[in-house]
Amino acid sequence: MHFDELIGHLGQHTVDGLSKGAIYALIALGYTLVYGVLRLINFAHSEVFMVGTFAVLILWNQLGVENNPPVGQAILFLVLGLVVAAAASGGTALALERVAYRPLRRKNAPPLIFLITAIGLSLVFVELFGQVLPKLLGGALPDVFGRPRQIVGMPTIIQQETLFTIGNTAITNIQLIVFVAAVAMMAVLDWFINRTRYGRGVRAVAQNPETAALMGVNQERVIMLIFVLGGIMAGAAALLWSMRFGFTQNSIGFVLGLKAFTAAVLGGIGNLRGALLGGLFLGIVEVYGATLFASNWEDVIAFVVLIVVLMFRPTGLLGESLGRARA
Amino acid sequence: MIDKIRSADSRRVGVLHAIGDRWRALTKWQQALGLVAFVAILYYLPLLGIPGLTWLRTDSIEGGNNWAGVLFVCAIYVLVAIGLNVVVGLAGLLDLGYIGFFAIGAYSVALFGSVNSPVVKWIQQEFNLPPTWAVTWAICLFIAIVLTMISGVLLGWPTLRLRGDYLAIVTLGFGEIIRIVARNATGLTNGPVGISAIPGPEGAPSPDNKVFGLIDAKPWYWLAITFVLIMVFLVRRLEHSRVGRAWLAVREDEDAAAVMGVYPFKFKLWAFAIGAALGGLSGFLFGSRNAFIDPTQFNANLSILFVAMVVVGGSGNMIGVSLGAVLLAYLPERFRDFADYRWLVFGLAMVLVMILRPQGLVPSRRRARELKDRAAEAEEAPAHV
Repeated sequence: MHFDELIGHLGQHTVDGLSKGAIYALIALGYTLVYGVLRLINFAHSEVFMVGTFAVLILWNQLGVENNPPVGQAILFLVLGLVVAAAASGGTALALERVAYRPLRRKNAPPLIFLITAIGLSLVFVELFGQVLPKLLGGALPDVFGRPRQIVGMPTIIQQETLFTIGNTAITNIQLIVFVAAVAMMAVLDWFINRTRYGRGVRAVAQNPETAALMGVNQERVIMLIFVLGGIMAGAAALLWSMRFGFTQNSIGFVLGLKAFTAAVLGGIGNLRGALLGGLFLGIVEVYGATLFASNWEDVIAFVVLIVVLMFRPTGLLGESLGRARA
Repeated sequence: MIDKIRSADSRRVGVLHAIGDRWRALTKWQQALGLVAFVAILYYLPLLGIPGLTWLRTDSIEGGNNWAGVLFVCAIYVLVAIGLNVVVGLAGLLDLGYIGFFAIGAYSVALFGSVNSPVVKWIQQEFNLPPTWAVTWAICLFIAIVLTMISGVLLGWPTLRLRGDYLAIVTLGFGEIIRIVARNATGLTNGPVGISAIPGPEGAPSPDNKVFGLIDAKPWYWLAITFVLIMVFLVRRLEHSRVGRAWLAVREDEDAAAVMGVYPFKFKLWAFAIGAALGGLSGFLFGSRNAFIDPTQFNANLSILFVAMVVVGGSGNMIGVSLGAVLLAYLPERFRDFADYRWLVFGLAMVLVMILRPQGLVPSRRRARELKDRAAEAEEAPAHV
């Protein structure tokens, strides 16, 4: 136990936790959107994120990005990365829905079957990126894809620098960018769901699918929309992850997905603002916990938090509310 | 194309059902005779040298002698599948952390039975015992079962009030917690170094072990298959008892079961504890056969493989899940050349089976009927999600 260390650098740990939690929160949105409308945990969502990181990796590799490019280029690479990652992740999420979930929905399958399908899909994706694609594309993309199942590093687009210090808390440029970008993305999504026509359709289906259908909401289109939106958010998270941590691996989604799911549950699954709150909270708790005990206990802390929250507040901190006032 | 697969598949299931009916129509003594013959074949399998049957040999190396070892793996996986079937198939609780119980079973024989384990060393020091002292294998067996049942209850108590899909994630987390604890609690488990010299029925591995040595896997297989047969018998009794019917009722409709006077929480907890004990028993056998364990042997992928065995075989049906376990344990051994792709194939198999035949390869009749009902409901009310 390192209480002194934690108290002494409380501000620093909070900042670290917030910037980490922002990424969890972005991924958590995917779980929360799908759960809010379909009452289904999209277990394969973590792989949607993984695909995003690989899209960024391949893009930067193909563009021949070097470490620390000039500012103008860096911004270009980031914007391109965002577009490509969002497209790849969104497309993957949509494909998942079409190929795997729709046939099951048609048959009115029990929830357990959705979950098992999702687990299988997740395994398929992990293997595709860990084993099959590296062998197929090994020649075409030599630097990044030749080594199955290995951690692959990415170029540093923005050098981590301390922007300013408050007391003994240093805030780096990357932490700030990650945090601000994540919160901005979520604000846009929140606006989209709460203020636009499409968002109204989503909320209507979340509240009552039958009535929404009677009112002329195209349910299939709403379902496609939420999968794509969740995918885009995961793609954005993938870009931020690539920027901050600079590596990826085929099995990267597993633990990260579990944590994002924990974040979604923490905030109240089905609640968009809850996902943000849950993600940030989890990030902070994790960093505090890792300081208190040791960094190799970090993953355990997330799971223990999940179990404790579910025990005492199964609906999460804010409760569930994509459809608002659900009966 | 898909229609063709579907019709071929329904014909296959028709044949299976016909065999089942034929079997049930036999008289008592004929059934008994058949069972005895089947059990005899099971025990004979590792010696398999019957002309014409040798193509079953699984060794990746031509003329290799690991056939009994493969059979042993199949047997302990069948034990896992039977245990997980109680939880997933009968009680309808998706447990993705089953590897945790398997690991606890393996670690309980390692921690108490091996002279290399920190726990045994501590006991030796505390009670002034000779450095060769360790807990006997047979007592470790009870420790394993008790520990896994306790951990099943400890995991189930807070989490079983949750809905099915939450439960899946929480149990997945539990499996990871066990693995991380095994890796990080160096003072207790030797951490990543692992524990060696895990005893078998004849004590720690040494050249003196005439029967349960490291080289010859046949006695180990016979031991495992004996455990499997005992457990099949016990679980079958349980399945057809009041408890088993309560499980099915809870699986189908928890609220309705509660209204009819079945207290779901109690029975779910029972399913968890019994399933955990079976998983622990399997891990116990795995640990003693291997004589060495470390945390990397208990990863989440293996847990998903366990679930795949149950759902691909046919959850809720003991013959089905056993078949699933044998298939998923045997095929990767047989086709070593494709070993890199085994997880891909498992994943694809899970998805395809769930989409085409959610009740598994050898469906439980009741389960098949339930799924058909749900599909029919979907036809009637297409607007419903």
